[in-house]
Amino acid sequence: MPAVSKGDGMRGLAVFISDIRNCKSKEAEIKRINKELANIRSKFKGDKALDGYSKKKYVCKLLFIFLLGHDIDFGHMEAVNLLSSNKYTEKQIGYLFISVLVNSNSELIRLINNAIKNDLSSRNPTFMCLALHCIANVGSREMAEAFAGEIPRILVAGDTMDSVKQSAALCLLRLYKASPDLVLMGEWTSRVVHLLNDQHMGVVTAAISLITCLSSKNPDEFKTCVSLAVSRLSRIVSSASTDLQDYTYYFVPAPWLSCKLLRLLQCYPPPEDGAVKGRLVECLETILNKAQEPPKSKKVQHSNAKNAILFEAISLIIHYDSEPNLLVRACNQLGQFLQHRETNLRYLALESMCTLASSEFSHEAVKTHIETVINALKTERDVSVRQRAADLLYAMCDRSNAKQIVAEMLSYLETADYSIREEMVLKVAILAEKYAVDYSWYVDTILNLIRIAGDYVSEEVWYRVIQIVINRDDVQGYAAKTVFEALQAPACHENMVKVGGYILGEFGNLIAGDPRSSPLVQFNLLHSKFHLCSVPTRALLLSAYIKFINLFPETKATIQEVLRSDSQIRNSDVELQQRAVEYLKLSSIASTDVLATVLEEMPPFPERESSILAKLKKKKGPGAVSVELEDGKERGELNGGGDRGGDAAIAASNASTPSPSADLLGLRSTAPVSGTTPSAGSLLVDVFSEAGPSATSAGVNDDGFLSSAPPTVASEDPAPPLPESDELLNKFVCKNNGVLFENQLLQIGIKSEYRQNLGRMYLFYGNKTSVQFVSFNTTVSCPGELQSQLNVQTKTVEPLVEGGAQVQQVINIECLTDFIDAPLLNIKFRYGGALQNISLKLPVTINKFFQPTEMAAADFFQRWKQLSQPQQEAQKIFKASHGMDTEVLKAKLLGLGTALLENVDPNPENYVCAGVIQTKAQQVGCLLRLEPNAQAQPGEQMYRLTLRSSKDTVSQRVCDLLAEQF
Amino acid sequence: MIGGLFIYNHKGEVLISRVYRDDIGKGPFPNCFHKVGSTESYRMRNAVDAFRVNVIHARQQVRSPVTNIARTSFFHVKRSNIWLAAVTKQNVNAAMVFEFLYKMCDVMTAYFGKISEENIKNNFVLIYELLDEILDFGYPQNSETGALKTFITQTGIKSQSKEEQSQITSQVTGQIGWRREGIKYRRNELFLDVLESVNLLMSPQGQVLSAHVSGRVVMKSYLSGMPECKFGMNDKIVIDKQGKGGATEEQSIAIDDCTFHQCVRLSKFDAERSISFIPPDGECELMRYRTTKDIILPFRVIPLVREVGRTKLEVKVVIKSNFKPSLLAQKIEVRIPTPLNTSGVQVICMKGKAKYKASENAIVWKIKRMAGMKESQISAEIELLPTNDKKKWARPPISMNFEVPFAPSGLKVRYLKVFEPKLNYSDHDVIKWVRYIGRSGIYETRC
Repeated sequence: MPAVSKGDGMRGLAVFISDIRNCKSKEAEIKRINKELANIRSKFKGDKALDGYSKKKYVCKLLFIFLLGHDIDFGHMEAVNLLSSNKYTEKQIGYLFISVLVNSNSELIRLINNAIKNDLSSRNPTFMCLALHCIANVGSREMAEAFAGEIPRILVAGDTMDSVKQSAALCLLRLYKASPDLVLMGEWTSRVVHLLNDQHMGVVTAAISLITCLSSKNPDEFKTCVSLAVSRLSRIVSSASTDLQDYTYYFVPAPWLSCKLLRLLQCYPPPEDGAVKGRLVECLETILNKAQEPPKSKKVQHSNAKNAILFEAISLIIHYDSEPNLLVRACNQLGQFLQHRETNLRYLALESMCTLASSEFSHEAVKTHIETVINALKTERDVSVRQRAADLLYAMCDRSNAKQIVAEMLSYLETADYSIREEMVLKVAILAEKYAVDYSWYVDTILNLIRIAGDYVSEEVWYRVIQIVINRDDVQGYAAKTVFEALQAPACHENMVKVGGYILGEFGNLIAGDPRSSPLVQFNLLHSKFHLCSVPTRALLLSAYIKFINLFPETKATIQEVLRSDSQIRNSDVELQQRAVEYLKLSSIASTDVLATVLEEMPPFPERESSILAKLKKKKGPGAVSVELEDGKERGELNGGGDRGGDAAIAASNASTPSPSADLLGLRSTAPVSGTTPSAGSLLVDVFSEAGPSATSAGVNDDGFLSSAPPTVASEDPAPPLPESDELLNKFVCKNNGVLFENQLLQIGIKSEYRQNLGRMYLFYGNKTSVQFVSFNTTVSCPGELQSQLNVQTKTVEPLVEGGAQVQQVINIECLTDFIDAPLLNIKFRYGGALQNISLKLPVTINKFFQPTEMAAADFFQRWKQLSQPQQEAQKIFKASHGMDTEVLKAKLLGLGTALLENVDPNPENYVCAGVIQTKAQQVGCLLRLEPNAQAQPGEQMYRLTLRSSKDTVSQRVCDLLAEQF
Repeated sequence: MIGGLFIYNHKGEVLISRVYRDDIGKGPFPNCFHKVGSTESYRMRNAVDAFRVNVIHARQQVRSPVTNIARTSFFHVKRSNIWLAAVTKQNVNAAMVFEFLYKMCDVMTAYFGKISEENIKNNFVLIYELLDEILDFGYPQNSETGALKTFITQTGIKSQSKEEQSQITSQVTGQIGWRREGIKYRRNELFLDVLESVNLLMSPQGQVLSAHVSGRVVMKSYLSGMPECKFGMNDKIVIDKQGKGGATEEQSIAIDDCTFHQCVRLSKFDAERSISFIPPDGECELMRYRTTKDIILPFRVIPLVREVGRTKLEVKVVIKSNFKPSLLAQKIEVRIPTPLNTSGVQVICMKGKAKYKASENAIVWKIKRMAGMKESQISAEIELLPTNDKKKWARPPISMNFEVPFAPSGLKVRYLKVFEPKLNYSDHDVIKWVRYIGRSGIYETRC
């Protein structure tokens, strides 16, 4: 910066400012300012030329007055004049005035832009910097329009000074943020990336901010920055603290630059290049190592800088989520911070751990800190830290620690801050449901929840309890008992009364045997809460009462009395009145049978996505991130998971009217069912049960369902195998060729040959129609353990099958070991727009891998005796379903693949066969004996089939297969 | 009733704070970041802060003297840089509160002169003592300076004798609380000032848009004993009543409304329109009144403003005095506003002195004396600086200050009779002085 010359002190300005500061009152200040303004106006009148110094002084005064909050409507021209001055201070004041006071008015903007252009093209770096700062400070669209093209050129020009480059980078960043459409990418982009290699650290720091912003918008253009950033980072990390002179901050080398580099890397996936990746991992390890070193200074700045880098590194590790080693180390590091006395560190550690917990690699490591986190939840003084601790507990929860965590969260709920209670309640409800081992625990937890924080328990939560209780027979009795006990408390939350009313109405009979909870006691208990409740709850209770009449006829008189009372039957609320009237009539007119039908127990709810999760997702807040992460992971495969929540909520609200008759009468406007026929009760059941084909398998509490959904199937599940496919299978036990399947569209022919443990199968798909099949696709899958027993390879077929044409598919099969099931063939195609989906069992059975073995009678019997252990033998006696034609029998036995041994059995009517089943793993010898009683009447002819093999499963399977053939 | 009374300096710092009732300060007040505490001091601070934040330091100047914040009313008056604020949570008579505040100002002025921050700080104890006396549980009590001065003194407590004490008690609690017995003067003297301020707004063409006079009659009496006085003026109703037989040439005036000092017997005024009273010793404001009809406007202002191009303005102002040539007006000052972008002013005037005051954005023209039925003129050339703003100059009105030795409302004192039956002096022995002063209030002419 040029030295300040003597005359630049601007004494007048100092005097003016001190005058203003000495003003006793606002009025005095205004007077002084008016005087000064008049003075300046007379000076600017224009008849005498002002020198640069006084111009600067007066512009400065105007600026000061403006900053005090007064309007300035002149002096802009003088400020613009200052821009063309050659003195630094005058130019600076000019730019200052412009950037503070400029508004986009016509002719001045042109003058200003001109002046800026001149300065940008001058060789003077300070002037260029001033101009760049002005552009950045104003940052308007007009500025961007005028200079968006110029600045990148300055930025990448070889001869630009470092300080100017720095300013240019930041200026461009500002313009890009303000109006991204005006900053066009060009060839300069690639050169900007190379600024990361610049000698000057300041330039790198400025450039990296720009690159981070740009690359987040167009990552592909800046891909090359990853390797540069990694090498830069490794140079910084590995440098000694003294290497970087000016850029070492309290013994930490270039902390800001390191943080920015790490943040830039977070915009990209892990580098593919092994060398780069190795280097990066090394860097990250070094950073983690450094955290373990004793601090070089006791100053807080030192640890702040160090931790800033560390936390950025950890977020990068979490972002990559691919280095188990690093993840665990990061987790351990964070674990140390959990007990740090610095509150901010604890907060950050908890926050980062939340994301770590969702990574599969570090989940276990995070779990080890459970005690510390629970402690934090209990003892932490800062509410935001407590909130983070609660989030982390939620994130780290799994089956093993669910009980502990839920208990802790429940106990915390009693003292929790009001703002987070609802979220906490939802979390507890979700965890309790997700990880419930036994449902009595679940019911206990939720009832506790309602008791502790009833106000914060949303509708969804208690709908869910009821759904689960209804669907699970085993907890109904327990739930009724627990609810009954909970209702004994003198003050119950309304939600508790709702749950109680519903459950007792449905399952009160399960506890009615106990004299302490006899029907009348139950009713009186419920009715004691009636008058304290709001209208919807009362409506629910009325429905519970009518259900009582059905469950316990002995309460009928009492309940009718209640319904008949004026406070019900003449209630001012229409809904209550109507219910009272209708229930009263229903109970007095309908016969017991009708009552029993109408007031039948609620049918089970279709299993759906928990509506609570959807609710939690809706709730904003930092905790929601982890929820979403987890949720995406788990629910991603469920069909249309997003919308389900709403449906479920409706279904549940429907369910809050226990009696179908309520809906029958169309009382609930929200209810989707407005049936008018008397059979609406069953109609309601239909509505609930037609929830969609796939939903039935989705048990919320069944963790298995998540993995059981085949990952390859994106949208359409394979249709279940045709019922007759087992029969088809049997058809092919003894033959290798034939028609496998035929309907009016498609014919599938089959031709197969087997040698040792290998087989080849030709499938011929014939299009029987004249229209082509589109997106014809076949897949062969081996369900369950078959995958490890059979190796099936298919060649894909053409997706288009012309009308009348036939396509061929070859399938190679290798038998690894003996097996029972058959592989599934799934065929999908579109015929005239409609999707056809056919599943068949491929006729691959264990007997296909028989090698016939010829042997003499003595040989046979010796081996027969060797296989005398009971599990090695399988025997079946069955009725003949076909005639006992010798030739046919012989052909079948040969088709089985075994050798038919003549003259072995003493009884010539008996058949004896031998063969070896070839699998890759082993060979299984197999002996067979079939004894028909041919003398019997044709209707009562029986066979006795005995199989002995060296492997029990094989004997059984072959025996089963064969038994179907005769 | 008044819940509390606070006095602030211009910075909003509290100089005096007296809380009479607990209900104020229960807030919650907006913009006050104090924790709503349970302790008394917290509550009080709350109300104190609410006024400071929302009125004294308000972003926009608060013009209304009554401000409602969080269901709490703040009534304030401002004397130079000092703010007096009465606070209440109840539905009080606002006029009463302001009357009290004015009285409070009068009392303070009577005790220590000008109300300023320094004076208030110096008379800290005295003010609290006064507040204890003139407000009781938020109800205004005796605010008569003369009476107060007998028992609240600045000279410290003199051990008053029993008799004196009982005398004070009987006076303060008695029927005539404003005057003590046994006053004796060698010379019975009486001064009567009729002070009026005339307010006017006139159009450039000379049409009166609004005009009224607010006046007061101030009496300074040095009379012995307990004199019974009777005051008469040219009130239209009274004149008309007597008019049948009496002199009719006398001008009568219509008084729109008036208020009297507490010593005036209102029942008698209502019945006979006669103003009779026993005056307090020393100075008192006997009555206050307002008239709107037949006002004598002492001056007429004729403005002429011409804009010559964008950078020049020519202004010519003529003033005419409109009263008897024998009378002299004094302290005449005409204030001609100038545009905000004035860069230079040239003034020519025939009489008095004129000057451009940049700090006030106005040309100020001062004339020491001017006789009636005269006229004088000023002309000015104002140079303007071209600005970016397209805003047109709003042309604020030309305002004027003066003092004339007559009552612009036309009020005349017809008589003031003094009777003192116990002492041996009669009406003729009393020396009486009457003086009329008419001043300008807001006396403006649009240009």
